Amino acid sequence: MTGSGHAPFVINSALTVLPPAPLHATGLQDAAGLLLAFPLLGAAILLLGGKRTNRWGHLVGVAMPLLAFAYGVAAYVQMLGYPAAQRVRELTLYQFINVGRFQIPLGLRLDQLSICFVLLITGVGSLIFIFAVGYMANDPERRRFFGYMNLFLAAMLLLVLGSNYLVLYAGWEGVGLASYLLIGFWQFKNSAAVAAKKAFVANRVGDVGLSLAIMLMFAEFGTTNFTGVFGAVHTASHGVVLAIGLLLLLGACGKSAQVPLQSWLLDAMEGPTPVSALIHAATMVTAGVYLIVRSAPIFDLSADARLAVAIVGAVTLLWGAIIGCAKDDIKKALAGSTMSQIGYMMLAAGLGPAGYVFAIAHLLAHGFFKAGMFLGAGSVKHEMDDEVDMRRFGGLWKVMPITWVTFGLGYLAIIGVPPFSGFFTKDPIIDAAFGQGGTSGALLGTAALLGAGITSFYMSRVMFMTFGGERRWDEKVHPHEAPPVMTSPMIVLAIGSVAAGGFLILDNRLLNFLGPVTGVPPTSHGIWTRAGIATLVLVAIGIVIAWALYGRREVPVVAPAGNPVTVAARKDLYGDAINEGLLMRPGQWLTRLSVFFDNRGVDGLVNTVAATFGGTSGRMRRLQSGFVRSYALSMLVGAVLLVGALLLVRL
Amino acid sequence: MSHTIELAGPAAETTRLIAYWILAIASVAAAIGMVLARKAVHCAILLAVVMLSLAVFYAMEGAPFLAFVQIIVYTGAVLMLFLFVLMIVGISAADSIIETIRGQRMWAALSGIAMLVLLCLVIGHAAIGSAAPASAKFGNGNVTGLANLIFTRYLYPFEITSALLIIAAVGAMVLAHRERIGPKPTQRELAAERIASGRSAPLPGPGTYAQHNAADMPALLPDGSQSELSVSAVLTFREAEGPPELPGGAPESGPAGSIASAPSESHEAGDQ
Amino acid sequence: MVSPAHFIALSVILFVIGAVGVLVRRNAIVVFMCVELMLNAANLAFVTFARMHGNLDGQIIAFFVMVVAAAEVVVGLAILTTIFRARRSASVDDANLMKY
Repeated sequence: MTGSGHAPFVINSALTVLPPAPLHATGLQDAAGLLLAFPLLGAAILLLGGKRTNRWGHLVGVAMPLLAFAYGVAAYVQMLGYPAAQRVRELTLYQFINVGRFQIPLGLRLDQLSICFVLLITGVGSLIFIFAVGYMANDPERRRFFGYMNLFLAAMLLLVLGSNYLVLYAGWEGVGLASYLLIGFWQFKNSAAVAAKKAFVANRVGDVGLSLAIMLMFAEFGTTNFTGVFGAVHTASHGVVLAIGLLLLLGACGKSAQVPLQSWLLDAMEGPTPVSALIHAATMVTAGVYLIVRSAPIFDLSADARLAVAIVGAVTLLWGAIIGCAKDDIKKALAGSTMSQIGYMMLAAGLGPAGYVFAIAHLLAHGFFKAGMFLGAGSVKHEMDDEVDMRRFGGLWKVMPITWVTFGLGYLAIIGVPPFSGFFTKDPIIDAAFGQGGTSGALLGTAALLGAGITSFYMSRVMFMTFGGERRWDEKVHPHEAPPVMTSPMIVLAIGSVAAGGFLILDNRLLNFLGPVTGVPPTSHGIWTRAGIATLVLVAIGIVIAWALYGRREVPVVAPAGNPVTVAARKDLYGDAINEGLLMRPGQWLTRLSVFFDNRGVDGLVNTVAATFGGTSGRMRRLQSGFVRSYALSMLVGAVLLVGALLLVRL
Repeated sequence: MSHTIELAGPAAETTRLIAYWILAIASVAAAIGMVLARKAVHCAILLAVVMLSLAVFYAMEGAPFLAFVQIIVYTGAVLMLFLFVLMIVGISAADSIIETIRGQRMWAALSGIAMLVLLCLVIGHAAIGSAAPASAKFGNGNVTGLANLIFTRYLYPFEITSALLIIAAVGAMVLAHRERIGPKPTQRELAAERIASGRSAPLPGPGTYAQHNAADMPALLPDGSQSELSVSAVLTFREAEGPPELPGGAPESGPAGSIASAPSESHEAGDQ
Repeated sequence: MVSPAHFIALSVILFVIGAVGVLVRRNAIVVFMCVELMLNAANLAFVTFARMHGNLDGQIIAFFVMVVAAAEVVVGLAILTTIFRARRSASVDDANLMKY
């Protein structure tokens, strides 16, 4: 049920929308391999070039995403020139796997959804890279850092550009690898290495889900191509569709740090701040949302899978919000916020066509304001001699005004104050949740509403503790404003924080653009809805409570004991404890049991056999007494037995 | 052989029967005696008895050639070889009765009885018929018949057995050979050694003045003590035979004692 | 009537006596003599069978047994003498170095 293509999109009630059939890419878009080639070239030069490239490596590292961004913009402009029904373009780089029935091309798909991501990744990415030039200026390993970041960029672009699930999976794995390398970038820090390992293992669990889903797809449909799968998914049984949906959800949980695979995100803050900004705020953690939205035709056919996605999203948005309330580390507080905002996106994606577009809109806006806030936190950390405990900040607005302003704009965006981004992108999600109807709709909507209030509370807490109040920092620390190489990206991102949401939502701009791919909400909502007003009320209450606790009162430098909820939130709501108890310790016991069994049982068996032989031979050798007469006796006995045997045979 | 040993008629049968039974009992008795005798020479003699009775059996069974070969070669050469070695080793060395290996005698007896029983069963079950009718090969043409077989059908075993005999002879020579380490001493050197050693007379022979003249029996000196020089160093010196009872009382008393003491001192002084 | 069975029985008895003698006696020369007894018993059996079957093959074999026994005695006694020279003992129990 696609429109004719050139009229503004008609909002219809069709729930199943098949994306238009892809055409072959032409013109500039045919060179889409460049999007992968640029960052890969950068990574190759920097990582293979070694120490020789140390002096100019960071310049190459920044140039590559800028080139990719330029190409992305050009491809986007070209796409705008096409009618809406002809915007899905595919091209094949080469035939990746060619085994009988199993045909996988290394194909790229340039459609509205992927181009959004391309622009986000390369655009925000370039800004963060520029910031990193200044942030990592004193780090001797800066070149290697940019090498890994380019590697990440290449993998992420492969993920969003892939035209089939297997190429997507290749990119999926690539970003997991890059995340591991970058979290553990400061290898000499044990905590960083442990965090990197934890992130990788948690991701792996999710990856199992995704790979099982792909295998199931191939088994059912004989193809992993988007076009093929989406065209054939209606022929599969309910159970299979539900299974695929749940497995895809598992994969998304791993990559996007949703419950139950959320434990790694806060630990991932061990990596350098640009990493946290790019990977763990703007792009990699949103890959899960991309997966769900891309697989829209599958989820459209299974209401249960959608409900599971929405529940996961709702639980996570509350989980992340509660954790964020109690963290004193500024980066961990922002990480909790990321977890929560992605929960919103997942919740929206779980609402079906009613929410896909808003999920993407929130994703794009979140990319701006969260990256901006992370860069602000990085700038603060850089100036405060790598201190991240907010209890030692305070009163920084006087010393770092640009950081304060950009961070503040991001803050206003995230809590959803109109006319900033968050208001335009978050409120439709809450509204759509309520709009689902029934108990599920009510519960989901309430959760989202509550989450908005808690968000405003903890983000205000961060603002007041960091920038407001009196200075609580040490005498030895002399913070001043960050250098221009660091503040310019922050300013650009702040502009995005302000304007992105409105730009996307007003005039149904994103809706019209993405509609052919994801489907559109059956009913349209205005800007001001009842849910939106309720949200604003809660937001205001949150700000007031935060002001009362942290703005007016003296913030203690040492964290007070806190009530049980605070203690729980400080411990990540016992997420780590649950993982340890449920999985890690039984796993350790299992290995110990296996080792015991192997040592005693298997080795024991083998050793017993050997010992039996040894013992038997030890006893039997006593027969060799050395006396000729004993030997003669045995000969005679043998002869007797022989004659006896012969006789027996003859009898 | 010119005439057949096999006699015809019932008289021949009776003769054979009597001959068989006497010789059979004799040979079995001799065999048992051989196993039980303490002195090795007695064993050799009893074995000779067994072999001779077997020779008669061969003759009874129409193998005259074999009978004579048994007497000439087996009893006459091989058994004599045994006696020679007995002489070298020590003719009166008697085995002790005590069995050193635990359970050996019991198991030997058991196995022996078992073997006997089983083989008797075998005989009982086997179809041992009567003798084949007499032919020219048994008796008159025995040697010719044997020669025929040896040089036609059994040629290879014959040749190989002769090689075996040569090897045995050479092997015995090699085993008995003693390497000369230094140059062979000449007669002059031997004589000079003998004079220099202080004893120019030959060593006393074994068993002189002793009750037995075995090679391992030491000679007795005039004062009754044993002379170590009389027994070859190769043999184990046999103890426990004290001086014999001479008629006339103990050697210390009387002029025999004084005569014995003085020459013994000088004798021992020279006997270094 | 002396049938071959008599001779076979005698052969068996002599053989068993010889076998027991090998096991029981300690003097090496006496052991040899018992082995000779066993060989003789076997010879008797061969000759008896030759008469039973009516051909001379048994006698040929007995003849060869005698020859080989002679060779064996030669070598065996030479070995015995050598051992006796070295160890001064003619007891088979003393040559027990090939033990565990």
